[in-house]
This record gives sequence, C-alpha cells and structure tokens, in this order.
Amino acid sequence: MIPELGHIALILALCMALVQSIIPLVGAHKGIASWVAVAKPAAQANLLFMVIAYGCLTYSFLVHDFSVSYVAHNSNTALPTLYLISGVWGAHEGSLLFWALTLSLWTGAVTVFSRSVPDVMVARVVGVMGLVTVGFLLFMLLTSNPFERLINVPAEGRELNPLLQDPGLAIHPPMLYMGYVGFSVAFAFAIAAMLGGRLDAAWARWSRPWTNVAWVFLTLGIALGSWWAYYELGWGGWWFWDPVENASFMPWIVGTALMHSLAVTEKRGAFKAWTVLLAIFAFSLSLLGTFLVRSGVLTSVHAFATDPSRGVFILIFLGTVIGGSLLLYSWRAAQIKSTVKFDIVSRETGLLLNNVILVVTACSVLLGTLYPLILDALGAGKISVGPPYFNSVFVPLTVPLAFLVGIGALMRWKQDDGQKLFKRLIPHFVISVALGLIAPAVFAPTYSLGAALGVGLATWIILTSTQWLLDRNTAGRGLLQTIRNTPRGGWGMLFGHAGIAIFIIGVSLTSIYSVEKDVRLEPGQDYELGGYVFHFQGVENFRGPNYVGAKGTINISKDGEHVVTVSPEKRNYSTGMPMTEAGIDAGLTRDLFVALGEPLGDDGAWAVRLYHKPFVRWIWLGCIFMSLGGLLAASDRRYFKLARKTRLAENESTVGAA
Amino acid sequence: MKARHKRLGFVVAGLVGLGLATWLVVNALDNNLSYFFSPTEVKQNKAPAEHIFRLGGLVEAGSLERGKELTIRFNVTDNAYRIPVAYTGILPDLFAEGQGVIAQGKMGTNGVFIASEVLAKHDENYMPPEVADALEQSHNAATGAN
Amino acid sequence: MKARFLIPLVIFLVLVVFLAIGLTRDPRDVPSVLINKEAPVISLPSLYDESQIVSSETMKGRVWLVNVWGTWCPECWREHDFLMYLKNEGVPIVGIDWRDDSDDAKKMLAQQGNPFIAVGIDPESKAVMDWGVYGAPETFLIDKKGFIRWKHTGGLNAELWRNELKPLMAQLEAE
Repeated sequence: MIPELGHIALILALCMALVQSIIPLVGAHKGIASWVAVAKPAAQANLLFMVIAYGCLTYSFLVHDFSVSYVAHNSNTALPTLYLISGVWGAHEGSLLFWALTLSLWTGAVTVFSRSVPDVMVARVVGVMGLVTVGFLLFMLLTSNPFERLINVPAEGRELNPLLQDPGLAIHPPMLYMGYVGFSVAFAFAIAAMLGGRLDAAWARWSRPWTNVAWVFLTLGIALGSWWAYYELGWGGWWFWDPVENASFMPWIVGTALMHSLAVTEKRGAFKAWTVLLAIFAFSLSLLGTFLVRSGVLTSVHAFATDPSRGVFILIFLGTVIGGSLLLYSWRAAQIKSTVKFDIVSRETGLLLNNVILVVTACSVLLGTLYPLILDALGAGKISVGPPYFNSVFVPLTVPLAFLVGIGALMRWKQDDGQKLFKRLIPHFVISVALGLIAPAVFAPTYSLGAALGVGLATWIILTSTQWLLDRNTAGRGLLQTIRNTPRGGWGMLFGHAGIAIFIIGVSLTSIYSVEKDVRLEPGQDYELGGYVFHFQGVENFRGPNYVGAKGTINISKDGEHVVTVSPEKRNYSTGMPMTEAGIDAGLTRDLFVALGEPLGDDGAWAVRLYHKPFVRWIWLGCIFMSLGGLLAASDRRYFKLARKTRLAENESTVGAA
Repeated sequence: MKARHKRLGFVVAGLVGLGLATWLVVNALDNNLSYFFSPTEVKQNKAPAEHIFRLGGLVEAGSLERGKELTIRFNVTDNAYRIPVAYTGILPDLFAEGQGVIAQGKMGTNGVFIASEVLAKHDENYMPPEVADALEQSHNAATGAN
Repeated sequence: MKARFLIPLVIFLVLVVFLAIGLTRDPRDVPSVLINKEAPVISLPSLYDESQIVSSETMKGRVWLVNVWGTWCPECWREHDFLMYLKNEGVPIVGIDWRDDSDDAKKMLAQQGNPFIAVGIDPESKAVMDWGVYGAPETFLIDKKGFIRWKHTGGLNAELWRNELKPLMAQLEAE
C-alpha cells in the first residue's frame, strides 16, 4: 500500500510540476497576474508530493518491504538503520528520486527566500525549474520507477554494495546532488531573465547567493567523495580523474567561473551575455554528468548498472534543455548592448582572465573525459586517457590562475594604475619567492622545485589577501573596526582564497613527497618508510556482522618511540565482495596509511601497502575553507537589503506601466 | 583609435593564450593516451613495442603464480591466445582467476607483458566493455576460421 | 541574430551527435556472431545431482531457451518472475547456473519457483565461454536443428516476449 502511495505521490508531483511550469510561464508572458500567482503554491505542492514519495520509499526500506524491487535489491534485514536510510539513494532509481526531491527543495527554497524578487521573475524562475522537474519525473516514471513491485517476494533482500556501507559515502551523494541541482537555480534565473528580456545587473544580484550556496554543497560533496576514495578504496589516492569524478568536477570549475563573473555583472554590468552562458554551462555540465554516469557510455570504476533506454531518454532530455536554452541564448544575447568600458589594468580584466582560464580548464577536462568516447564513435580504436593527461594539462593552466588570485582582488574596478600596483606588490612577491625557495630546503627530505612553487604560490595568495584586508584599514580606523566593517562578502573572498592556498600546499606537498611501498612482511618484521618504522605484528581473523575479516596490527614508531598502532582490515562480505579497510593515522602534517594486500604463503606473511603522505589533510582542509568562504559570501546582508530596494522600485515601475 | 587598439590587444592575447592551451592539451593527449589491445592483437604484433598500452581479457584459470616477493605472474587470455603478464605489487580486491582484467604496461623483451597497473572489474555484474569487445572479436576470429 | 552567439549551440549539437553514437555503441548490446550458427554443445553437471549430466543432446527436435543466471546477479532476480511466467506458457528453459554457490541456487529456486526443466552448473565458466556470454542474465533461443536463432543480453521481459521472442518461437515451431 505504502509503495503505491509513493507512486501516486510521484504522479501527482508530475502533475503539479506541469502546473508549476506552464501556467506561470504563460502568465508571465501574457501579463496575467492570477496565473503568475500560481507559481509559488504549485511549487510548494510539488515539494509536498515529492517529500511524500521520498518518505514512502524510506519507509519501505525501514520496514524491509522486499516486495519493492528497489528495496530488495539494495537492502537486507541485517543492515544498520543508517544504511537503510542511505540505501534509499544508493542506486539508480533512488538516487534519481533524490535528485528530483532536491530539485523540488531548491524550488521550494526559491519560493520562500525570494520575497524581495519581483513576482513575475519568481514565476519565470519557478516555471523553468518546473520544466526540469517534469523531465526528471517523466524519466523516473517511464524508465526507472523506484516503487516497482516484485511478483515473487524474496524472503531476504540483497546486500548493499559494501563500498557504500560507509558513513562518508552515505552523505557524499546528497551533498553532491544538492550542488549539482543547486546550479539549476542560477540556470533558471538566467533563463528567466532572458525570457523577460531584461538581462541587467538585477538578475545577477538575485542569483549570486544561490550560486554560492550550490557551489558550497558541490565543494563539500567533491571533498567528501575524495576523502572517501582515499580511505575506503585502499589505494591511498585522493583523486583519480575518473569519469565520474570529472563529471562532478567540471560543473564545479564552471560554477567557480560563474561566481566570479556574476560579481562583475552585478557590480559593473559587464559580461552580461557571458555570465548567462556560464549559468547555462554550469547546469548543463551537471546534467551531462548525470548522463555520463547513468547511461553507461563511459567505462568507469564507479559506474552504476547501465541501461541503454535510460541513456536515450537522458540524451533527449539533455538535448532539449541545453539545446533549447542555447537557442534562446543565441536569440537574446544578440540583443544585449554592452556599453561598459574598462581598462586593461582593472579588476574586470583580472576576473575575465580568471574566467577564461577556468573555462579552458573545464574544456580540457571535458575533452579528456569524452575523448575515448569520440574516438570510439569514429571507429579509431579503444583508448583511455589516463591521469597523466589531466595532471599535465591541469597544473600549467591553474598555476597562472593561482598567481592571479592574489592580484585580482587588489585591483580596482574599471581602471587601476599598473605601475603603482606592481611597485606595491614587490615585497609580497619577494617574500613569497624566498619562502618558497627556502622552505623545501629546510623542512623537506629532498629539494623539489614543484614544492617551492607550491609553497611560493600559497604564500603569495595569503600575503596579497592579507594586503586586501589591510587596504581597507584607511582613515585611521583601528584594525578591529576594519574587521568589523568588512562585509561578509569580503570575508567570503578571503576565506575562499585562503582555502585555495591551503589546498595548493596540500596538493603539491602530497604529490611530491608521498612515499608508497608495497612490501612482503612476515610477523615480527620491520620496514622503514619516510622516517617511520612499521612493525608488522601479524594478522588475525575475525567475524563481522555481515562479513568475515582479517585484521592486521602494525606498530609505527619514530626514532625508537612508539607513535601509533593501526589496524588495517581485509573483509569478505557475504555477497562475495572483498573490501579493503585501510589503517590510517591522520595528522595535520602527515598521514600514515597501511592497507593489507593478500596473504602470501603459510607462514603468516602478507603483502602490505605502506604510505607516508605529508600534508594530505590540507587538501580537504582547503576545501572546508573554500566552503566557509562561499557560505559567508552567500550570507552577505547587502543582497537582502539591495534586493528589497529593487523590489520597491520594480513594483513602482509596474504600477506606472499599468 | 585607442579603443580599437585595446580591443586588438585583447584579441591577440586571447588567441595566444588559446593557442598555448591547445598546444598543451594536444601534447598531453599525445603522450598520455593508452590504446587497448587484446591478446590476439598482441600476437599479431599490432601493439606498440615501445609504448605503454592496455592489455585486456580474462585471467586464465590456473595460471596465477606467486613469486617469493610481491611479483605475480598470470596469463591474460581472450580464449584465442594468451599473454603472460608479470606484475609487482598488490592486486586489486576484485582480481580473480576466470575474471575480466585490464593490465597497463609495456611488452618486455621475452614476450612477457610487464604491468605497471592492474585493474579488475568493479562488481560482479560488470565487465569492462573493452574486455567484452576483445572476447567478442576473438570469438569472431575463431568462428570465422571454421 | 549574430552568428557568434550561435557558436555554443553548434558545439553542443556536435557533442550530442557523439553522445548519441556512444549510446548505440553500448557494450551490452553487441550482436552475437553465434546467431544462425550451430549451438555449442552443453554438457554440465546438474545442480541437483552432480553425477547427472545436463546435455543439449536431449533437447534435439525442440525449440528451447538457454538462460545463463546466478544468484549473485540482481538482474536475474528481476527476471525470475518472468521466467516463471514463460514456464507456465510451456516454454522449455535450460538454466546454466554460472559461477555460483549451488546451495544458494537451490535455495533461490525452492523459494521463488524453478522455471527450468534442467539446470547445469558452470562454476568455471566452461560452457559460458563457448557461448560467448558477456554477463548474466543472457538468454539464447535454439531451434529444432540445434541452431542459435536469437539472443538477448540482460533480463527478459513481457515486451521482448510479445514483440520478438513469441512470434519467433511460433515460426520456429512451424519450421
């Protein structure tokens, strides 16, 4: 009964989505106020039905209703409650339901938090988001119904993929989806602005906080995924340039460009057409990511089960949404006349460069991801593009960007004095170069120019960002007052950029100074790596709730002093799926990482993988800083204030026009 | 006149940047692609002698041999031909005899493929499409010969 | 309309073409070379009594299905209901239980019904290799002369049965 209720709720949600999209869009076009007013209640009703549908599926999981095919395939009675709840989004059908729910949540949020935006605009935004919802709900109801019943009810459900039985991964997809889908708001604002024919600074101001929040979710989602891969896959890597990872990274890059470009459009009214295009791109890449993951066109270690008919549906959907918006763009963008002028040395140029670099980077990642597909389609053979491609393209592209981070923020809008800026930044530059060159020589085991570059860039960003804050300290105010007077947007930028600096330190030092060794160890044997002695005590067998495991004990010491004991595990789940649980000792300046390979012979010897990874935590720490920055910027008070003013003006003008 | 020069400057800088980026991408693609070959194709000398490539097929049952240290030897087969593979390190969790595998590496001088990386399929329902394709082709060849 | 604003659209359309070609290249949808060729001989120990041999010889002169499955394969679960339906329609199906635990397999058939007239076990992928199977489930249709006439990768369903399998089987019965 409950699953049928969920199914009906989904169908009702689809009906509501149709109402939510068609009536307000037509109403806004023809200027019928009562139709425009339908937008908010319809979107909220859609959200209600989505919550009911989602609740029904969760309920089916919690009561182990194995007559529901999806529940039977993704859970069993032995599973802890946490994984019953996360099992809901653990596989294809459920994750789509979650996608759609997220979309409804964002739409609901728009109806609640956009009181300061004119009603006609909100109606268009809600309408566009409704159209996307219609597509997703149709997809679900036609090809991937999560409430499908089995005729023969199995007594016990199937194991959830043990890789997914992990708290980190339980919350990784929701975060990622919130980010992906969040870009639909920026997208909807852009489309709505084009539909309304008013591509001015106002739409940029409205969509900025939404873009920031979506970006924060995406950042956290990607960071969680990377952290999960690091400790769960047992390979010690934190990023694999896997197509599925790239699918989440490309929208992130373009989203980052969008945040910066929105700033220019809001403050200076420049780059209008470009910003709209970026908003379309960011969401398109989110959709493309879904397509790549769900249709199975790409081989990936992460791929869920594939189904061609689903692929065809998503491709048509993708073509309609993106093709339609690009068509609208080609028509509307041509009408925009940009009269804003700026000098070569100005913040606009800095942000333009930022955008160009980010978009080129996103394109190169896209190319690397799709290249195997394109060659195969042309019949030119089967290839794979490995991580070295991405690394050798990504690093040279982003190093200049990191350098620009420092200067961009310090440049003035419209026009700045290049020479003056140059002179002012000489000390910062000298300190950064010096610190970069010296640090590896003093602290690192071997000298590396890469490490020098990393440390130098990070220092440069920190110094110039600090300079930005000091520059605000004018007219003899105290530092404390300056800090108080700096708007949240400014703090957001500082935190975001500091996050980049921390991230650079983490990435460069980890990739250069990590030491990895696969060794054969007998009980009682020692191995030295990165200054640490790993003492292998042996492996014991044990039984877990739904697996049998082997647990190793390794004592790690440095200079004769005991540091830590880690217990890596090797598990064999009842499905026959083996899993490696690494033993990790986390630290701010280094991680020690031990993973069990396999038993070798009968004398208790094992193949063991040992890692010493300096500064690897800084990678995720940097992401947390960036996310904080995004949140601070999104919560800046002036959006709400300015928006209210605009609304007043807007209402007056509509009254005047009527 | 001045505005025009400025615009020209932007365009030239943009083109130069774009050219550099393209060069970077093309260069990196050129050096870091690895083509996929089946054991049959390797036997037919279609695989490059000096360049890294990916060898895919099934791990032949009964062929897995462990050395004293961490070196492992096994045969990769597409049921038409087999290629011996040597790999030093820890095998992925899902590596097993009779299962699909992709090994990345170079041909050694003695006809042994020296793998630097071994990838096993990710779950029981999933076979890497390249492997499926290679098996299909060797099947083609086998039935074509009949 | 200025042409340069159409550039993104054009690039996107090219991309769509490639993605569409990529879809048609779906690795799970590879036509078998074995179609209209003589079916490889099956000779496997029976699931219920390993001293008994399940052989394709006994099926000579009949139109029948070979279904490759395993209890580890979720798609086979999904398909199982439909195989039971086919059994009730009187379609003879020989099962090949691939790389499976025999006890698990017996348990599943006991609980959910046994759609097969005989089940052979193939723990070492012997028969499965001969048949060029990619994964489970996979189903082959064999005619009276022992030729493979049709193959499907993935789970069977009512639509396939209605549109492809049933008409083809009727035609083969008449041959």
